[in-house]
Amino acid sequence: MDNAINTSLRNLATARSPADLVMRLEDVSYSVGNRAILKGLSLSIPRGSVTGVMGPSGTGKTTLLRLMTGQINADSGRVIVAGEDLGLLSRSQLYTLRKRMGMLFQNGALLTDLSVYENVAYPLREHTDLPEALIARVVLTKLQAVGLRGAADLMPSELSGGMARRVALARAIVMDPEFLIYDEPFAGLDPIAMGMVMRLIRRLNDTLGLTSIIVSHDVAEMALLADYAYVLNAGAIAAQGTPVELAGDPTPAVRQFMAGLEEGPVAFHYPAPDYAQQLLGLVR
Amino acid sequence: MSGVIAQLREKALELTLKTGDFTLFFGRMLVAVPATIARPSLVVAQIYNAGALSLVIIMLAGLFVGMVLGLTGYDILQRYGSEEALGSVSAIALVKELGPVVTALLFAGRAGTAVTSEIGLMKATDQLAALEMMAVDPVRRVCVPRFLGGVVSMPLLAGIFSMIGIFGAQLVGVYLMRVDAGQFWSELQAAMEPRYISEGLIKSCAFGVACSAIAVHEGFRCLPTAEGVSRATTRTVVNSSVAVLIIDYLLTAVML
Ligand SMILES: Nc1ncnc2c1ncn2[C@@H]1O[C@H](COP(=O)(O)OP(=O)(O)OP(=O)(O)O)[C@@H](O)[C@H]1O
Ligand SMILES: [Mg+2]
Repeated sequence: MDNAINTSLRNLATARSPADLVMRLEDVSYSVGNRAILKGLSLSIPRGSVTGVMGPSGTGKTTLLRLMTGQINADSGRVIVAGEDLGLLSRSQLYTLRKRMGMLFQNGALLTDLSVYENVAYPLREHTDLPEALIARVVLTKLQAVGLRGAADLMPSELSGGMARRVALARAIVMDPEFLIYDEPFAGLDPIAMGMVMRLIRRLNDTLGLTSIIVSHDVAEMALLADYAYVLNAGAIAAQGTPVELAGDPTPAVRQFMAGLEEGPVAFHYPAPDYAQQLLGLVR
Repeated sequence: MSGVIAQLREKALELTLKTGDFTLFFGRMLVAVPATIARPSLVVAQIYNAGALSLVIIMLAGLFVGMVLGLTGYDILQRYGSEEALGSVSAIALVKELGPVVTALLFAGRAGTAVTSEIGLMKATDQLAALEMMAVDPVRRVCVPRFLGGVVSMPLLAGIFSMIGIFGAQLVGVYLMRVDAGQFWSELQAAMEPRYISEGLIKSCAFGVACSAIAVHEGFRCLPTAEGVSRATTRTVVNSSVAVLIIDYLLTAVML
């Protein structure tokens, strides 16, 4: 795996010309009501790379992915994917672009009225006229890749959280997308499944020439997997670089996050009145 | 005082926005109707959900409404010595008015809430977003089939309600109150005009469109949380019922 990472790193170094940047965010802001969630974010993602987005809970990582896929529109700034400004696309143009994307949702988001098999087959049935035999072949291959071929006939309600996410991963790759976007792919996986998913992500990326974007707060896994990573804090980019660079980053907030310390500029506690005073009933 | 005015203004703005959103959503559904009809299996499944699963409650309600009509109708008519008119009175009341309206109210509670909470839960669990990401329009795959299922089911259910209702009125009138069966049915046949039936049909079609569109819209636009879904479900019942009663008045006035 180290080898693979090194190759990708080398690719990365030469991949800074605009044509190779398949995704670009320019000064993107997004707020809900009058609460700013993302503040003037800029980042670029080169073709064929594995890019990590890390950051504490609630800093807007999922929101960032929703912006990148056009599920929500930025208040200001531009989101450019494969040369198209998402803000300017019509619904049908957006759908055409999305056929080239796969997304793994934080909780799987399987269609609860369909079996595991039908969930994975769903994109094929919607977008292709493949004969049943071929659909079966593709679906079983993808389920085998996530180790759940035997669960093909189960319903989503009969799966554990980790299994559901692996099925969702199979569904995300069934159309052989160019971009794969993962929201917390490791949360709730046991070490065996985690290793499997990590190898799968790497393999998909290197053999199919995918561009992968992974959101996660698992620092150790990201260090192994990502070619390049962004650390998000409070809706802005706190640091970026290769995992090695990030591990040596001197900024206190980044150090605190990478090392998992409670003390530091990133507040673990949501703003609150003084603890002792509140316990004594002096403040509410 | 200025607080009240500000609040009123906010409510009015909210209402305007919601009406506009509903109209746009309704248009978006109508545009997607032909494509959905081209793949009828989804709609058939929803006709089963909205129609077949509502059958028992509709039939039960129809029977008892009809029986009450039989009792009350007989009580009033016999004062004027015209109890043989029971058949025509209850049939006209059922076909024109009670059938469509009561069916629609029950439908909002039974099928409408089911649709709202189902779509709301799909939203809360990111299933709608997942469809979007698979380049499948959730309006086409999720909303329109449920809408059409309701539109098709409503007139059928109203028809069944009226028939069972007439049977119930007959049960009470003929077997309990001893109205002559021949008179009951011949009066009914003589008084029933095609325009009553078409009036009932038009009403229940309109109710079907209104109730289904409201249920689907509330689900699609709800806040994706447990509380949001439950509130949307309540709103479905309230808004559908109010809409049904207002539309009923307007249509009755127009078709008088
Ligand atoms: N629809 C919304 N309405 C109000 N606030 C929202 C909404 N969506 C997101 N937020 C807020 O935006 C912030 C970022 O949310 P987001 O889901 O992007 O966080 P995240 O980085 O993915 O967190 P986690 O790691 O826990 O998944 C949160 O503080 C959340 O409260
Ligand atoms: Mg998240």
